[in-house]
Amino acid sequence: MSTDLGSTAAAEAAAAADPSEGGFDWRHFLRTYAIIGILLVFVVALTILTKGTFSQPENLINVVRQVAAIGVIAIGMTFVIITLGIDLSVGSILALAAVVATSLAQKPSDRMMYAGLDLPIILAVLGGLAVGGLLGFTNGVLIAKFRIAPFIATLGMMTTARGLALIYSDGRPVSLLEDPYNNIGQGSIAGVPIPIILFAVVALGAHMVLNYTRFGRYVYAVGGNEQAARVSGIRISRLTLVIYTISGVLSGLAGVILSARIGSGNPQLGTGIELDAITAAVIGGTSFKGGIGTVWGTAVGALIIGIINNGLDLLDVSPFMQMVVKGVIIVLAIILDERKNA
Amino acid sequence: MSEFVLEMSGISKSFPGVKALQGVGLRVRPGTVHSLMGENGAGKSTLMKILAGIYSPDEGTIVLDGTPVTVADPRAALALGVSMIHQELSSVPELTVAENIFLGREPRNRYGLVSRKIMVRRTREIFDRWEIRINPRSAMKQLSIAQAQMVEIAKAISFGSRIIVMDEPTSAITEREVGHLHRMIGQLREAGTAIIYITHKMDEVFAISDDVTIFRDGQWVATKPAAELDRDKLIALMVGRELTDLFPKEEAPIGDVVLRVSGLNRGSLVRDVSFEVRRGEILGIAGLMGAGRTEVLETIFGVHPAESGTVEVNGRQRRIREPRDAIKAGLALLTEDRKRTGIMGVLSVRDNMSVAALPRYSPQGMLRRGSIDEACEDQRRRLALKTPSLNQLIQNLSGGNQQKVLLSRWLLTLPDVLMIDEPTRGIDVGAKSEIHRLMSALAQQGKAIVMVSSEMPEVLGMSDRVLVMCEGRITGEVPRSEATQERIMHFATATAHHTTPAA
Ligand SMILES: Nc1ncnc2c1ncn2[C@@H]1O[C@H](COP(=O)(O)OP(=O)(O)OP(=O)(O)O)[C@@H](O)[C@H]1O
Ligand SMILES: [Mg+2]
Repeated sequence: MSTDLGSTAAAEAAAAADPSEGGFDWRHFLRTYAIIGILLVFVVALTILTKGTFSQPENLINVVRQVAAIGVIAIGMTFVIITLGIDLSVGSILALAAVVATSLAQKPSDRMMYAGLDLPIILAVLGGLAVGGLLGFTNGVLIAKFRIAPFIATLGMMTTARGLALIYSDGRPVSLLEDPYNNIGQGSIAGVPIPIILFAVVALGAHMVLNYTRFGRYVYAVGGNEQAARVSGIRISRLTLVIYTISGVLSGLAGVILSARIGSGNPQLGTGIELDAITAAVIGGTSFKGGIGTVWGTAVGALIIGIINNGLDLLDVSPFMQMVVKGVIIVLAIILDERKNA
Repeated sequence: MSEFVLEMSGISKSFPGVKALQGVGLRVRPGTVHSLMGENGAGKSTLMKILAGIYSPDEGTIVLDGTPVTVADPRAALALGVSMIHQELSSVPELTVAENIFLGREPRNRYGLVSRKIMVRRTREIFDRWEIRINPRSAMKQLSIAQAQMVEIAKAISFGSRIIVMDEPTSAITEREVGHLHRMIGQLREAGTAIIYITHKMDEVFAISDDVTIFRDGQWVATKPAAELDRDKLIALMVGRELTDLFPKEEAPIGDVVLRVSGLNRGSLVRDVSFEVRRGEILGIAGLMGAGRTEVLETIFGVHPAESGTVEVNGRQRRIREPRDAIKAGLALLTEDRKRTGIMGVLSVRDNMSVAALPRYSPQGMLRRGSIDEACEDQRRRLALKTPSLNQLIQNLSGGNQQKVLLSRWLLTLPDVLMIDEPTRGIDVGAKSEIHRLMSALAQQGKAIVMVSSEMPEVLGMSDRVLVMCEGRITGEVPRSEATQERIMHFATATAHHTTPAA
């Protein structure tokens, strides 16, 4: 700024509003980090209830491995929810990406979808991501250009993509995959399971994007007040396109991770995962009122979901009861969100 | 019966990092208008929100008609006979006017169902009684801010409360409606209602107040009968120092044309608008509410697409389809409606301030956070922004301080043309003269300023030239030397002769 007011009055008034008065904001601190406390409580409680089985390293690693797919999707969902959107199609996109990627990574056999095809595994993976990106982009077009409400547009995509996955795979799992492909879900690098590495890389990348790039600031601005963001020079429709594309690509990645873990591309994969992802984001502090949310919060949220799933399994709680428990947690998380912004 | 309808005493309230109120008191006599004055962030709204049950005080007592009360929530406040018009519009845009007036107390028919018909009829009765001409069935979002404000006023009055708090009710309406509101207040006062009135407009205070209480930095400074005060004394009490020059307009060399608008049209509120602004010039645009002044600025800026017409900046014709194009061309627009098109409430002061200038602060899309912080700190100092830190959420700032952040947002884009819609809306006298001084300084640096203002003294005091609009057309142009309230009002009501071309 090159304007000079040369005003002492201004300086005086600014001094009166000294930032050091009032001190540390405990309430803010608690609100921000409460979720880590909740995570610890769950860990301790489950350790006691399972007489230690839960906190065996193998089991913990297993939890994170299982959480990777949910986590990756939940991070995309965080971008979407910050901008006041929702993406219900993540599970179906995941399935379509999984069947496409696996169909490009089959071992030579008479059950191959493309007889004689022998692609490098990386192309199979990129194929899955591309499918996810394309469908996510389509969501974006429906929402940004045709002004369809995100809930409706992605609900349509949820059914369509699932149908496409079933058609593509003829309703059967695509199996007998090349070992390097399965490795993505089952292998480790330096002792760390690959899904965990992928989850960590995505989380770190997303965190950097939200906090260190202009695009990231724009995401929050649009969620904070779309009209004000537009007046401030943000191209809302372009941003919307990018965000739903990101969500699609990450769903595709989750499809690769999940199919590689179980060694086949099942068109029924990822059913209901959108609820887990939304729950993870909301538990992690992402607000349905827009403009609020962090990647690390969502990551912790995803861990909590993983822990609950795993713990309830270890405790032999019936799957039906597990649904009830998760439902209650979603509602509690949203009530907390309402309180926070009251 | 006690002498006072309301006695608040020893009220304290802290927010994280801010002592908003420190042991303040307020005593209001029935049937009087009691003005509450103080700089931005002095704690006026906070005290009133405590009275209206929105915040609970950390300390202090509230006594209504001699009875100590606790006000648990806004509903309790209404039950106790206290209603409030908030500083920020609080209506629900999706509902109709009538539905907004009866929100939460919808009248029922004899089957116990909510009845629109009764709602509309009763709204019409209230509007007729107070001579408000707005259709009860209109959607709230279709109203102008001024109309929306009138609806909120009508709503607050409709409860028949013994105390009505009005927090800057006139910041969004023009002189004509202000007169209307003052007549309404007069009638309420006759009927024994106490009005607590917050405003930053000095002449208003003396026009309607019986008593005046002054706060500074969360502390009580004085309570005096209005008759014992004059403008200078009041300002000195508010700011704690003498304030000499309210309109520090300085001569700036007028240079080349920076912005030229020709034949701009959009709907009924922008009709064949043409004008130009030069470097160093402050161009005022005056007119009554609904004359199309805001729409002209918004159309130039690409908020709404123009139907026809051209915009030239620095001699180059620019195609402006959305605000982004306008910003690139070197234009800036500080909008009128702070809440709707201004602040991003849950974002920090820093984010709000820097958002429009981010392209400059993020080469290749990566933020230069150090430079952003520096620039924001600099703005904070220059505008004497009251906030505990740049991380504070903007929604926690007082209204006037939010306005300062938004002004900074546009200054950071280093525009050639700064368009400001109501530049000092809700800004206190001290900060107001700071902002006027800043406008003068910007003009001296060769920027062009287009200012829409409903405050006649501001228009007369700051403009080098005044355009007057009426019903979407420019009906007159008055140079500074000839600008008087009468001439401007003459053109502003010139509906009949809008066939005569602008001067
Ligand atoms: N919810 C909140 N959280 C944190 N700080 C707050 C909150 N509400 C108000 N404040 C702070 O309290 C102080 C008093 O604010 P208040 O809104 O009462 O000022 P005001 O006198 O009404 O000013 P203005 O004339 O600008 O409207 C300000 O410093 C403001 O930033
Ligand atoms: Mg206020």
